Amino acid sequence: MSTIPAQAKTATEEQWLIESLRNGDEAAFALLLERYQVALTRLARMYVSSREVAEEVAQETWLGVLQGLDRFEGRSSLKTWIFTILINCAKTRGQRESRSIPFSAMWNGDAEPYEPAADPERFLPPDHPETPRHWVSFPNNWDTIPEEYLLAQETRAYIEDAIETLAPNQRAVITLRDVEGWTSSEVCNVLGISETHQRVLLHRARSKVRRALEKYFDGKRPSARTT
Amino acid sequence: MTTANELTCQELIELVTEYLEGTLSPTERARFDAHLGTCAGCRTWLEQMRRTIRTLGKLTEESIPPESKQELLQLFRNWKKVS
Repeated sequence: MSTIPAQAKTATEEQWLIESLRNGDEAAFALLLERYQVALTRLARMYVSSREVAEEVAQETWLGVLQGLDRFEGRSSLKTWIFTILINCAKTRGQRESRSIPFSAMWNGDAEPYEPAADPERFLPPDHPETPRHWVSFPNNWDTIPEEYLLAQETRAYIEDAIETLAPNQRAVITLRDVEGWTSSEVCNVLGISETHQRVLLHRARSKVRRALEKYFDGKRPSARTT
Repeated sequence: MTTANELTCQELIELVTEYLEGTLSPTERARFDAHLGTCAGCRTWLEQMRRTIRTLGKLTEESIPPESKQELLQLFRNWKKVS
Protein backbone atom coordinates (compact mmCIF):
# COMPACT_ATOMS: atom_id res chain seq x y z
CA MET A 1 0.00 0.00 0.00
CA SER A 2 1.28 3.45 -0.84
CA THR A 3 -0.55 5.23 1.97
CA ILE A 4 2.39 5.50 4.34
CA PRO A 5 3.71 8.91 3.23
CA ALA A 6 0.21 10.44 3.49
CA GLN A 7 -0.24 8.97 6.96
CA ALA A 8 3.13 10.21 8.07
CA LYS A 9 2.28 13.66 6.79
CA THR A 10 -1.06 13.57 8.61
CA ALA A 11 0.61 12.42 11.81
CA THR A 12 3.08 15.30 11.73
CA GLU A 13 0.35 17.80 10.98
CA GLU A 14 -1.75 16.41 13.81
CA GLN A 15 1.08 16.72 16.26
CA TRP A 16 1.60 20.29 15.19
CA LEU A 17 -2.13 21.01 15.53
CA ILE A 18 -2.39 19.47 18.98
CA GLU A 19 0.64 21.28 20.28
CA SER A 20 -0.56 24.57 18.81
CA LEU A 21 -3.94 24.09 20.48
CA ARG A 22 -2.35 23.29 23.80
CA ASN A 23 -0.34 26.49 23.44
CA GLY A 24 -3.56 28.40 22.85
CA ASP A 25 -2.95 29.13 19.16
CA GLU A 26 -6.23 30.50 17.81
CA ALA A 27 -5.22 29.98 14.16
CA ALA A 28 -4.92 26.24 14.75
CA PHE A 29 -8.39 26.17 16.26
CA ALA A 30 -9.78 28.20 13.36
CA LEU A 31 -8.29 25.66 10.96
CA LEU A 32 -10.09 22.81 12.73
CA LEU A 33 -13.33 24.78 12.66
CA GLU A 34 -13.03 25.29 8.92
CA ARG A 35 -12.31 21.65 8.44
CA TYR A 36 -14.88 19.95 10.63
CA GLN A 37 -17.62 22.27 11.86
CA VAL A 38 -19.94 21.72 8.86
CA ALA A 39 -19.55 17.93 9.01
CA LEU A 40 -20.02 17.95 12.79
CA THR A 41 -23.33 19.77 12.65
CA ARG A 42 -24.46 17.61 9.75
CA LEU A 43 -23.70 14.45 11.66
CA ALA A 44 -25.26 15.74 14.88
CA ARG A 45 -28.50 16.31 12.97
CA MET A 46 -28.93 12.54 12.86
CA TYR A 47 -29.50 12.39 16.56
CA VAL A 48 -31.22 15.64 17.46
CA SER A 49 -34.36 17.42 16.39
CA SER A 50 -33.14 20.63 14.76
CA ARG A 51 -30.23 22.45 13.21
CA GLU A 52 -30.07 24.76 16.23
CA VAL A 53 -29.67 21.85 18.63
CA ALA A 54 -27.10 20.29 16.28
CA GLU A 55 -25.07 23.49 16.47
CA GLU A 56 -25.24 23.43 20.25
CA VAL A 57 -24.02 19.84 20.18
CA ALA A 58 -21.11 20.87 17.94
CA GLN A 59 -20.26 23.68 20.36
CA GLU A 60 -20.37 21.26 23.27
CA THR A 61 -18.08 18.98 21.25
CA TRP A 62 -15.49 21.69 20.71
CA LEU A 63 -15.51 22.46 24.42
CA GLY A 64 -15.03 18.76 25.11
CA VAL A 65 -12.12 18.71 22.66
CA LEU A 66 -10.42 21.68 24.31
CA GLN A 67 -10.95 20.33 27.80
CA GLY A 68 -9.75 16.88 26.78
CA LEU A 69 -6.63 18.02 24.88
CA ASP A 70 -4.27 17.22 27.71
CA ARG A 71 -5.68 13.72 27.96
CA PHE A 72 -5.55 13.06 24.20
CA GLU A 73 -2.89 10.41 23.67
CA GLY A 74 -3.12 10.02 19.92
CA ARG A 75 -4.37 6.44 20.02
CA SER A 76 -6.88 7.40 17.38
CA SER A 77 -6.51 10.19 14.86
CA LEU A 78 -7.49 13.67 15.99
CA LYS A 79 -10.38 13.62 13.53
CA THR A 80 -11.72 10.30 14.82
CA TRP A 81 -11.39 11.53 18.39
CA ILE A 82 -13.29 14.77 17.69
CA PHE A 83 -16.10 12.93 15.93
CA THR A 84 -16.33 10.31 18.66
CA ILE A 85 -16.87 13.11 21.17
CA LEU A 86 -19.53 14.53 18.87
CA ILE A 87 -21.39 11.23 18.59
CA ASN A 88 -21.40 10.87 22.37
CA CYS A 89 -22.65 14.42 22.92
CA ALA A 90 -25.28 14.03 20.21
CA LYS A 91 -26.55 10.72 21.57
CA THR A 92 -26.84 12.10 25.10
CA ARG A 93 -28.63 15.14 23.78
CA GLY A 94 -30.90 13.06 21.58
CA GLN A 95 -31.85 10.84 24.51
CA ARG A 96 -32.58 13.90 26.62
CA GLU A 97 -34.82 15.15 23.83
CA SER A 98 -36.32 11.65 24.02
CA ARG A 99 -36.47 11.28 20.28
CA SER A 100 -38.12 8.13 19.20
CA ILE A 101 -35.23 6.70 17.14
CA PRO A 102 -33.82 3.72 19.00
CA PHE A 103 -30.08 3.99 18.38
CA SER A 104 -29.48 0.29 18.75
CA ALA A 105 -31.93 -0.36 15.91
CA MET A 106 -30.35 2.33 13.76
CA TRP A 107 -27.00 0.55 13.88
CA ASN A 108 -28.13 -3.04 13.87
CA GLY A 109 -26.95 -4.55 10.57
CA ASP A 110 -29.25 -7.54 10.81
CA ALA A 111 -32.28 -5.30 11.08
CA GLU A 112 -31.72 -3.57 7.73
CA PRO A 113 -34.74 -4.15 5.52
CA TYR A 114 -33.95 -5.21 1.94
CA GLU A 115 -34.05 -2.33 -0.52
CA PRO A 116 -33.19 -3.10 -4.15
CA ALA A 117 -30.85 -0.66 -5.93
CA ALA A 118 -33.29 -0.48 -8.86
CA ASP A 119 -36.98 -1.08 -9.33
CA PRO A 120 -37.48 -4.84 -9.97
CA GLU A 121 -39.70 -3.93 -12.92
CA ARG A 122 -36.65 -2.78 -14.80
CA PHE A 123 -35.62 -6.43 -15.17
CA LEU A 124 -37.02 -9.38 -17.09
CA PRO A 125 -38.74 -11.95 -14.87
CA PRO A 126 -36.73 -14.79 -13.27
CA ASP A 127 -38.48 -17.33 -15.51
CA HIS A 128 -37.62 -15.54 -18.73
CA PRO A 129 -36.49 -18.29 -21.14
CA GLU A 130 -33.39 -16.54 -22.47
CA THR A 131 -32.18 -13.70 -20.32
CA PRO A 132 -33.82 -13.79 -16.89
CA ARG A 133 -33.20 -10.77 -14.62
CA HIS A 134 -31.58 -8.81 -17.44
CA TRP A 135 -32.49 -5.24 -18.32
CA VAL A 136 -35.85 -4.70 -19.96
CA SER A 137 -34.28 -1.61 -21.46
CA PHE A 138 -30.85 -0.19 -20.75
CA PRO A 139 -30.41 2.76 -18.45
CA ASN A 140 -29.70 6.03 -20.24
CA ASN A 141 -26.11 6.94 -20.84
CA TRP A 142 -24.95 10.02 -18.90
CA ASP A 143 -21.91 10.55 -21.10
CA THR A 144 -23.63 13.35 -22.94
CA ILE A 145 -24.23 15.24 -19.71
CA PRO A 146 -21.34 17.67 -19.22
CA GLU A 147 -19.49 17.45 -15.89
CA GLU A 148 -20.24 21.16 -15.23
CA TYR A 149 -23.90 20.34 -15.40
CA LEU A 150 -23.54 17.82 -12.61
CA LEU A 151 -21.97 20.53 -10.50
CA ALA A 152 -24.51 23.23 -11.28
CA GLN A 153 -26.28 24.77 -8.32
CA GLU A 154 -29.60 23.25 -9.30
CA THR A 155 -28.20 19.71 -9.51
CA ARG A 156 -26.39 20.14 -6.20
CA ALA A 157 -29.54 21.32 -4.47
CA TYR A 158 -31.30 18.28 -5.90
CA ILE A 159 -28.63 15.93 -4.52
CA GLU A 160 -28.70 17.64 -1.12
CA ASP A 161 -32.45 17.03 -1.04
CA ALA A 162 -31.94 13.39 -1.94
CA ILE A 163 -29.43 12.99 0.91
CA GLU A 164 -31.82 14.73 3.28
CA THR A 165 -34.55 12.15 2.63
CA LEU A 166 -32.29 9.13 3.35
CA ALA A 167 -32.63 7.11 6.54
CA PRO A 168 -30.41 8.73 9.20
CA ASN A 169 -27.83 5.92 9.23
CA GLN A 170 -27.55 5.89 5.43
CA ARG A 171 -27.23 9.67 5.46
CA ALA A 172 -24.41 9.52 7.99
CA VAL A 173 -22.44 6.95 6.04
CA ILE A 174 -22.78 8.58 2.62
CA THR A 175 -21.97 12.01 4.05
CA LEU A 176 -18.79 10.82 5.72
CA ARG A 177 -17.64 8.52 2.93
CA ASP A 178 -18.57 10.30 -0.28
CA VAL A 179 -19.08 13.93 0.68
CA GLU A 180 -16.33 14.21 3.30
CA GLY A 181 -14.07 11.59 1.74
CA TRP A 182 -13.43 9.47 4.85
CA THR A 183 -12.08 5.92 4.59
CA SER A 184 -14.37 3.03 5.47
CA SER A 185 -12.38 2.19 8.61
CA GLU A 186 -12.66 5.79 9.86
CA VAL A 187 -16.42 5.66 9.38
CA CYS A 188 -16.74 2.27 11.07
CA ASN A 189 -14.67 3.48 14.02
CA VAL A 190 -16.64 6.62 14.65
CA LEU A 191 -20.07 5.12 14.10
CA GLY A 192 -19.19 1.83 15.78
CA ILE A 193 -20.45 -0.37 12.94
CA SER A 194 -19.01 -3.32 11.05
CA GLU A 195 -17.41 -2.97 7.61
CA THR A 196 -20.17 -5.10 6.13
CA HIS A 197 -22.97 -3.03 7.59
CA GLN A 198 -21.22 0.13 6.49
CA ARG A 199 -21.07 -1.16 2.92
CA VAL A 200 -24.75 -2.07 2.93
CA LEU A 201 -25.68 1.43 4.13
CA LEU A 202 -23.35 3.04 1.61
CA HIS A 203 -24.73 0.95 -1.22
CA ARG A 204 -28.33 1.77 -0.36
CA ALA A 205 -27.55 5.46 0.01
CA ARG A 206 -25.57 5.72 -3.24
CA SER A 207 -28.23 3.79 -5.12
CA LYS A 208 -30.92 6.19 -3.94
CA VAL A 209 -28.90 9.26 -4.86
CA ARG A 210 -28.21 7.71 -8.28
CA ARG A 211 -31.92 7.09 -8.70
CA ALA A 212 -32.70 10.69 -7.81
CA LEU A 213 -30.14 11.94 -10.32
CA GLU A 214 -31.54 9.66 -13.00
CA LYS A 215 -35.03 10.97 -12.40
CA TYR A 216 -33.72 14.48 -12.59
CA PHE A 217 -31.75 13.96 -15.81
CA ASP A 218 -34.44 11.92 -17.53
CA GLY A 219 -36.92 14.69 -16.78
CA LYS A 220 -34.63 17.06 -18.63
CA ARG A 221 -34.26 14.99 -21.78
CA PRO A 222 -36.13 16.42 -24.78
CA SER A 223 -37.84 13.07 -25.42
CA ALA A 224 -39.30 13.06 -21.92
CA ARG A 225 -40.81 16.49 -22.40
CA THR A 226 -43.13 15.54 -25.24
CA THR A 227 -45.94 14.38 -22.98
CA MET B 1 -28.68 -17.43 -23.05
CA THR B 2 -27.42 -17.32 -19.50
CA THR B 3 -25.89 -20.15 -17.57
CA ALA B 4 -26.25 -20.72 -13.86
CA ASN B 5 -22.76 -19.44 -13.23
CA GLU B 6 -23.32 -16.15 -15.00
CA LEU B 7 -24.24 -13.04 -13.09
CA THR B 8 -27.54 -11.41 -14.03
CA CYS B 9 -27.95 -7.64 -14.39
CA GLN B 10 -30.21 -7.54 -11.36
CA GLU B 11 -27.54 -9.28 -9.28
CA LEU B 12 -24.71 -7.19 -10.66
CA ILE B 13 -26.15 -3.84 -9.65
CA GLU B 14 -26.32 -5.01 -6.04
CA LEU B 15 -22.59 -5.76 -6.09
CA VAL B 16 -21.45 -2.40 -7.46
CA THR B 17 -20.40 -0.95 -4.11
CA GLU B 18 -18.47 -4.07 -3.16
CA TYR B 19 -16.86 -3.97 -6.60
CA LEU B 20 -15.82 -0.35 -6.18
CA GLU B 21 -14.66 -0.95 -2.60
CA GLY B 22 -12.53 -3.86 -3.77
CA THR B 23 -14.17 -6.30 -1.36
CA LEU B 24 -15.41 -8.89 -3.86
CA SER B 25 -13.66 -12.25 -3.79
CA PRO B 26 -11.49 -12.97 -6.86
CA THR B 27 -14.14 -15.37 -8.18
CA GLU B 28 -16.97 -12.87 -7.73
CA ARG B 29 -14.87 -10.16 -9.28
CA ALA B 30 -14.18 -12.31 -12.32
CA ARG B 31 -17.90 -12.99 -12.72
CA PHE B 32 -18.59 -9.29 -12.37
CA ASP B 33 -16.00 -8.35 -14.99
CA ALA B 34 -17.17 -11.09 -17.35
CA HIS B 35 -20.73 -9.77 -17.21
CA LEU B 36 -19.61 -6.17 -17.69
CA GLY B 37 -17.68 -7.19 -20.78
CA THR B 38 -20.84 -8.32 -22.52
CA CYS B 39 -23.48 -5.97 -21.09
CA ALA B 40 -23.62 -2.32 -22.15
CA GLY B 41 -26.53 -1.66 -19.79
CA CYS B 42 -24.52 -2.68 -16.74
CA ARG B 43 -21.50 -0.70 -17.95
CA THR B 44 -23.75 2.35 -18.15
CA TRP B 45 -25.11 1.62 -14.68
CA LEU B 46 -21.62 1.35 -13.21
CA GLU B 47 -20.63 4.61 -14.87
CA GLN B 48 -23.73 6.28 -13.42
CA MET B 49 -22.74 5.10 -9.95
CA ARG B 50 -19.21 6.41 -10.46
CA ARG B 51 -20.51 9.78 -11.56
CA THR B 52 -22.90 9.88 -8.63
CA ILE B 53 -19.99 9.32 -6.25
CA ARG B 54 -17.83 11.92 -8.01
CA THR B 55 -20.61 14.45 -7.79
CA LEU B 56 -21.14 13.73 -4.09
CA GLY B 57 -17.45 14.45 -3.56
CA LYS B 58 -17.93 17.95 -4.95
CA LEU B 59 -20.55 18.93 -2.39
CA THR B 60 -18.10 19.69 0.40
CA GLU B 61 -17.49 23.32 -0.41
CA GLU B 62 -20.08 24.46 2.09
CA SER B 63 -18.06 26.35 4.66
CA ILE B 64 -18.66 27.34 8.25
CA PRO B 65 -21.08 30.28 8.66
CA PRO B 66 -19.17 33.39 9.87
CA GLU B 67 -21.42 33.83 12.97
CA SER B 68 -20.75 30.27 14.10
CA LYS B 69 -17.05 30.75 13.55
CA GLN B 70 -16.98 33.93 15.65
CA GLU B 71 -18.97 32.28 18.39
CA LEU B 72 -16.66 29.27 18.48
CA LEU B 73 -13.52 31.41 18.44
CA GLN B 74 -14.97 33.22 21.46
CA LEU B 75 -15.42 29.84 23.11
CA PHE B 76 -11.74 29.19 22.43
CA ARG B 77 -10.69 32.53 23.95
CA ASN B 78 -12.76 31.87 27.08
CA TRP B 79 -11.24 28.41 27.41
CA LYS B 80 -7.77 29.90 27.08
CA LYS B 81 -8.46 32.35 29.89
CA VAL B 82 -9.44 29.68 32.38
CA SER B 83 -7.01 26.94 31.35
